[in-house]
Amino acid sequence: MDLLEYQGKQFFATYDIPVSEGEAVTTVEDAVAAADRIGYPVVVKAQVHVGGRGKAGGVKLAANTAEAREHAEFILGLDIKGHIVKTVWIESASDIAEEYYASFTLDRAAKKHLGMLSAEGGVEIESVAETNPDAIAKIWIDPVDGLSEETARSWVEAANLNPAANDGAVDILLKLYRAYTEGDCDLCEINPLILKPTGEVHALDAKVTFDGNAEFRHEGWDVIDATQIRDEREQAAHDKGLQYVGLDGSVGVIANGAGLAMSTVDIVNQVGGSPANFLDIGGGANAEVMAGALEVINNDPNVKSIFINIFGGITKGDEVANGIVTALGRVQIDAPIVIRIDGTNAEQGRAILAEHASDKLQSKSTMIEAAKTAVELAK
Amino acid sequence: MAIFVDENTKVLYQGLTGSQGKFYGLRNRDYGTQVVAGVNPKKAGTDVDGIPVYATVAEAKEATGATVSCVFIPAPGVQSAVLEAAEAGMELVVVITEGVPAQDEAYFFNKVKRDFPNTRILGPNCPGIISPGKANIGITAGEIAKPGGPVGIVSRSGTLTYQALYELKLQDIGVTTCVGIGGDPVPGTSFIDCLEAFEADPETKAVMLIGEIGGSAEEEAAEFIKNKMTKPVSAYIAGVTAPPGKKMGHAGAIVSGGKGTAAAKMEALTDAGVKVGNNPTEAGELMVEIVRGLGL
Repeated sequence: MDLLEYQGKQFFATYDIPVSEGEAVTTVEDAVAAADRIGYPVVVKAQVHVGGRGKAGGVKLAANTAEAREHAEFILGLDIKGHIVKTVWIESASDIAEEYYASFTLDRAAKKHLGMLSAEGGVEIESVAETNPDAIAKIWIDPVDGLSEETARSWVEAANLNPAANDGAVDILLKLYRAYTEGDCDLCEINPLILKPTGEVHALDAKVTFDGNAEFRHEGWDVIDATQIRDEREQAAHDKGLQYVGLDGSVGVIANGAGLAMSTVDIVNQVGGSPANFLDIGGGANAEVMAGALEVINNDPNVKSIFINIFGGITKGDEVANGIVTALGRVQIDAPIVIRIDGTNAEQGRAILAEHASDKLQSKSTMIEAAKTAVELAK
Repeated sequence: MAIFVDENTKVLYQGLTGSQGKFYGLRNRDYGTQVVAGVNPKKAGTDVDGIPVYATVAEAKEATGATVSCVFIPAPGVQSAVLEAAEAGMELVVVITEGVPAQDEAYFFNKVKRDFPNTRILGPNCPGIISPGKANIGITAGEIAKPGGPVGIVSRSGTLTYQALYELKLQDIGVTTCVGIGGDPVPGTSFIDCLEAFEADPETKAVMLIGEIGGSAEEEAAEFIKNKMTKPVSAYIAGVTAPPGKKMGHAGAIVSGGKGTAAAKMEALTDAGVKVGNNPTEAGELMVEIVRGLGL
């Protein structure tokens, strides 16, 4: 789950990481009122789940009420790479002496946490990594040890920040590491981390991704979840607890297991078709889940045929078949369904489907044969 | 021979009393696996269809001689279950559970590696391990695998693992061991761990590797194959047509910043001399060619 900047800053604030005072608002009137309350100059910042908002005109400095109004009017409703700005964050403007970069994420190859700190902040870290990799001080942290103050200090020293920033940076990094681990983040990034002329170190931006798997031990994540950007189909699937990614083709795809679902999407492409989606009904999916998946696919007007690809392990073939029959009884499904079932209880599943076979529901014995049939039907 | 588990392996199930644990624990026993115990502190002293339930892993091990644990505990309890199993001296802990937080995975992987170096974790979020005809630990439908070798399989995806087993069975090719390493960010057992074991196993003559987009595990495996393996390998990578920036179900399956693409992985594997198929069926056919080429 990706947090918007203001959500990230509110999260940081709970760990005492210094962030600018501000307010998130959704209307011009509220933006002006917030700016007046905070005191000028303020920065009006578009809240979108996409980078490059500065270049798109989504971040502007306002010296007075009139400018705050002008900027809020411009930014609210602005289209930034297909994301329409619905919320702006108004914050007190900061004086900047230097801009740095700091982040924590999981290094999957090393199986340890990776901390990155750079004196070259305010630009994309990927480009720093390419043009001047030595400018990034990296440390790998064993989650069992955690990050000690001593380690944090030598890391900060290795990054060659302005020495005046060192104490503040150590303090922020220790807090950021706590936020990253205790907060179950996939990513915590501050870019830029600034040194003010007065000597304080401060998080001027916040990029945070929560690990959705940890939702069970965090309160309030539903609020974050509600601000995720999903298209209508993705939202409907999400509400049913399905793993769904919208694509732009005409063959609806339902499979069990992420690998098989990806493979199914690949095969539809390989036999000359184009998939409308990726949909993984997950392990242990029962009739109810299958029916829900079919409803989601059925609501996509682009879908001309549906390819259900099931290899039973923890998912049982007979339950999948029952789900399809249930769904057919519950909703009017217009697109023809091609299904291939193998694995656990596959024979029982095939028998159930055979009883309901029609030109709208047919069974094929291999993945490729089923894909070809589904693609043909979508034409 | 098989790798990691065989007909002599005694297995206990953490979560045997739950619905999934019971279904698969009993199914694994029906397959012929030595399912010797269940663990549940609240149900110690009872049994599941004749399989005794103990309060702790240590007690179950003491009473039955189990060396492998299979974990069906819900995600919030996985970390403590794995650590308990490692502490009790389990040699292999197979974690089937999906949805385990990445912070937990990173923690218990490193904790076990440091404090219990003799314990191997497999998973989380994996289908388990099957040495066909000998032992089946996890959720794979045993009947889709033909026993006997000469092929070893290692896979990041559950359902594609079944697909691979099934493709080979249709061609009348047997499997020594099939290991599902799982699709999570911190898999306890890596491709390389399995490739190393297959390389050392005299009955395994060729290996099939099934990967997917995201991360760099396949590239690392390619490096290992290039430098350390003498046995032929065929491979398939799922997610050739996956759009960047979208998680394809698995926490690990995401193409980000142009990294982790199927194309890059396929290229690295091809460069290492691996025969790479465009879909599971093709990878299966390539393996058939390899096996026939070996005169087996």
